[in-house]
Amino acid sequence: MTPTKCQDQVVLDLWHPLAALAEVPAGFVQETVLLEERVSYATDGGGNAAVWLSRPDLVAGCPFEPGALTRALPAKVAYGYIWTSLGTPPTELFFIPEYAEPDRRRLNAATVGVNVSAPRAIENFLDMGHFPYVHTDILGAEPHTEVKEYDVELSVERDEIVATRCRFFQPKASTASTEGADVEYIYRVPHPYCSILYKSSPVDETRLDVIAVFLQPMDQEHIRAHMMLCVLDDENEDKVIKRFQQTIFGQDKPILENQFPKRLPLDPRAETPIRADKSAIAYRRWLSQKGVTYGVIPAAT
Amino acid sequence: MLDTAKTRWHPIAASYDLPFRHVFHAQLLGREFAVWRADDGYVNIWENRCLHRGVRLSIGINDGRELKCQYHGWRYSNRTAGCTYIPAHPADAPARTITNRTFAGVERYGLVWSAEEPHGRVPDVAGLREGEQLALRGIPLNAPADAVVSALTGYRFQPNGRLQGNTANVSLEGSDTFSVALRAYEEGAETLVVFFVQPVDSSRSVIRGVLDAGPQGAERLAILRHHNERLSKLREIAEREAQAAPQPAPLEPVIERVSPELAEMPEMTAHGRKATIRVTVARKWLAADGIAAFELRPVQGLLPTFQPGAHIDVHMPNGLVRQYSITNGPGESDSYVIGVKLERDSMGGSLCMHETVREGDLLAISEPRNNFPLRRDAVRTIFVAGGIGVTPLLAMAQALKNQNLDYEFHYFAQNQEQLAFPEKTALLGEALKPHLGFLPETTAAKLKEILSGYRPDMHVYLCGPGPMLEAARRIAADLGWPETAVHFEYFKNTNTIDDSSSFEVALARSCVTLQVTAGKTILETMREAGIDMPSSCEQGACGTCLATVIEGEPDHQDVYLNDAERKSGTKIMTCVSRARSARLVLDL
Ligand code: FES
Ligand SMILES: [Fe+2]
Repeated sequence: MTPTKCQDQVVLDLWHPLAALAEVPAGFVQETVLLEERVSYATDGGGNAAVWLSRPDLVAGCPFEPGALTRALPAKVAYGYIWTSLGTPPTELFFIPEYAEPDRRRLNAATVGVNVSAPRAIENFLDMGHFPYVHTDILGAEPHTEVKEYDVELSVERDEIVATRCRFFQPKASTASTEGADVEYIYRVPHPYCSILYKSSPVDETRLDVIAVFLQPMDQEHIRAHMMLCVLDDENEDKVIKRFQQTIFGQDKPILENQFPKRLPLDPRAETPIRADKSAIAYRRWLSQKGVTYGVIPAAT
Repeated sequence: MLDTAKTRWHPIAASYDLPFRHVFHAQLLGREFAVWRADDGYVNIWENRCLHRGVRLSIGINDGRELKCQYHGWRYSNRTAGCTYIPAHPADAPARTITNRTFAGVERYGLVWSAEEPHGRVPDVAGLREGEQLALRGIPLNAPADAVVSALTGYRFQPNGRLQGNTANVSLEGSDTFSVALRAYEEGAETLVVFFVQPVDSSRSVIRGVLDAGPQGAERLAILRHHNERLSKLREIAEREAQAAPQPAPLEPVIERVSPELAEMPEMTAHGRKATIRVTVARKWLAADGIAAFELRPVQGLLPTFQPGAHIDVHMPNGLVRQYSITNGPGESDSYVIGVKLERDSMGGSLCMHETVREGDLLAISEPRNNFPLRRDAVRTIFVAGGIGVTPLLAMAQALKNQNLDYEFHYFAQNQEQLAFPEKTALLGEALKPHLGFLPETTAAKLKEILSGYRPDMHVYLCGPGPMLEAARRIAADLGWPETAVHFEYFKNTNTIDDSSSFEVALARSCVTLQVTAGKTILETMREAGIDMPSSCEQGACGTCLATVIEGEPDHQDVYLNDAERKSGTKIMTCVSRARSARLVLDL
């Protein structure tokens, strides 16, 4: 194989999302960009996907003949998306047990291009402090700006960051109430470019909605963000559920695109953390420890 | 080669780029700036990056006094660029050192000038007179500044008043690395234009032209249009040439690192003086002559559980922090009621509460703390209140009454009008014994009467002015009350604190040894070393900053500990007390 433009072996060996399976017309070649490489993929309509480095004899839009394919990339279908890797990926992707629960709605809320590095976008996803300012009157509202103490830990056995006991005041806490209340969140970062959020379900207090972002790094400073929902909701149409998430994401995008530098600085003295940023700090350390260099500005050693 | 000297003044904006409450995005030699004018006219030129998470401040909000970042609402002050508020932690004051980088700024000739490390002053330009000039619209172009300067030397234009003509003579009056001065003449009309070329980056520039005169009205517009058209043509040519030439690498300005102490995530100041709860003043009324009562309701959620005797810190609008006891009876948990006496020698605390704070105002308060706990296993409890000292005792008495426990409530005041919270004391019925108009001597006699007849398992709770407490404690001791049965709370410590000693404090659990110097308290010294410790009154009266002494001899200067506790040498109030020995070992 010709050398890849990305030199970060940790990132090369990861599984990366390319597209929502449900949105791919079966039987035709599709094209996208991953880690600065052009990548093609196709599905057979039966839930199987093939992925390969783009080549002139199989261009986008061509009918796809599986037999013609040699030198394919690893491919996997999981959580409604097609995943691939430019290196040697682990057999399993991280686990989201709730995805298998039969009474949940599973959908791709959106796939959005953002001019930012993947780690900056993950930090934004982990961040509650911006709710009153960026998602005003939806996920937060002034003067309820406090980020209360929460716990963050690096789960060694699963190699992922978990933030628990996160609470933030939300103006209309559930569909049933017009009152504001603290809403609970749990965050997981099981993959340098993917994060999962659990949030109390507005319809069933005892269960949690699952919202995940799977980021496709096109290059160090550009991503496609795939947003997966796995929620308890049999009222609203897909359209409505998606529109809500798209609104939220649309509010984050201009902020993300105005962060400087675009790559995430891992030098602890590059920016000023506060207690509310505990999870982001753990995330930055974890990236440093893993030796991730793609999409970040590594700390000078 | 582009001259990238950081010492040279360059225009980075025109004055008209800074309209009311706007934030302008500027760039010079690769470095971005957020430029904004405060309502007082001051022009702020800042690094275009929020210190928190790097979001451009040019997308922030200029409220006329502060610039607010869009991402998490951090606020930065006009002029100093110091962060004044971090909304995620409303109870904490941001470290004073969180200050964004600022750059020099001067307004001259209708332009805003800056430099990273300016030398001298913005140069005088021959032929331009401040106030009479006309700044042309800035023309951004993708070409390096030196190429733009050389293109501008060939710029041709008509003088003001002769825009229609086409025969003006243009003479080059001067030029240097970043500027060109040209004068056009035609039939007696003449106009000087000076171009300053702003090096935005290695291959981008802005042409900022200034004419020596600019009439008002329609002619002004015509002049602006005239130059705009001609400069646009010049831009096309310059950009085409620049495209043909090799592209220089973009400049990479150095972003300064934050100071090491800011890079560490601050520990939770669980302790300190934390105002974690927001309340509204739901009601304010006169509880007695000179005593204002406040009913504080939570802005959100429920107030924490309080015990009788507990106090809260109230953070006042003027920045002072004062302690007030909660007067509520058991179960009255929807609001806190406090009473504030207007002190004659108020340092601004009680005055602020009396005069500034009104119904509907928001206040920040701490969680209630109880350093004056009430035992409920006494066969009989005696309360002795003096003046405003009634407040914690009121809460206690209501608790005992609620449990049908035996108590009596002695309340000393000057006159009937000074008896506070009559609606609450009335509930105490027979147990309430007001003592009005007593002088110090007669008070002592009365106290003797009240405190006679001690039996085991009686407890007395004292709260009132210092001299009265001293007298009551002495009398109780004389009458055989053991110290463990005499509970008291002072409003304040009126002792003169002697902080001249210096000694060593070892913190056993943290394995740290600190040097406490004269003039510094143990509490301050620990905090400077990053070790936190709860505190409230910080004058040795409330009991919040108590620590256990393992070794060494304390020099007690507080009014919180009783004599037995003092003698035992095992406790110390770290906010005022010190050491007699050279070394103290604390269980911290
Ligand atoms: S990035 Fe500016 S407030 Fe957080
Ligand atoms: Fe967001």
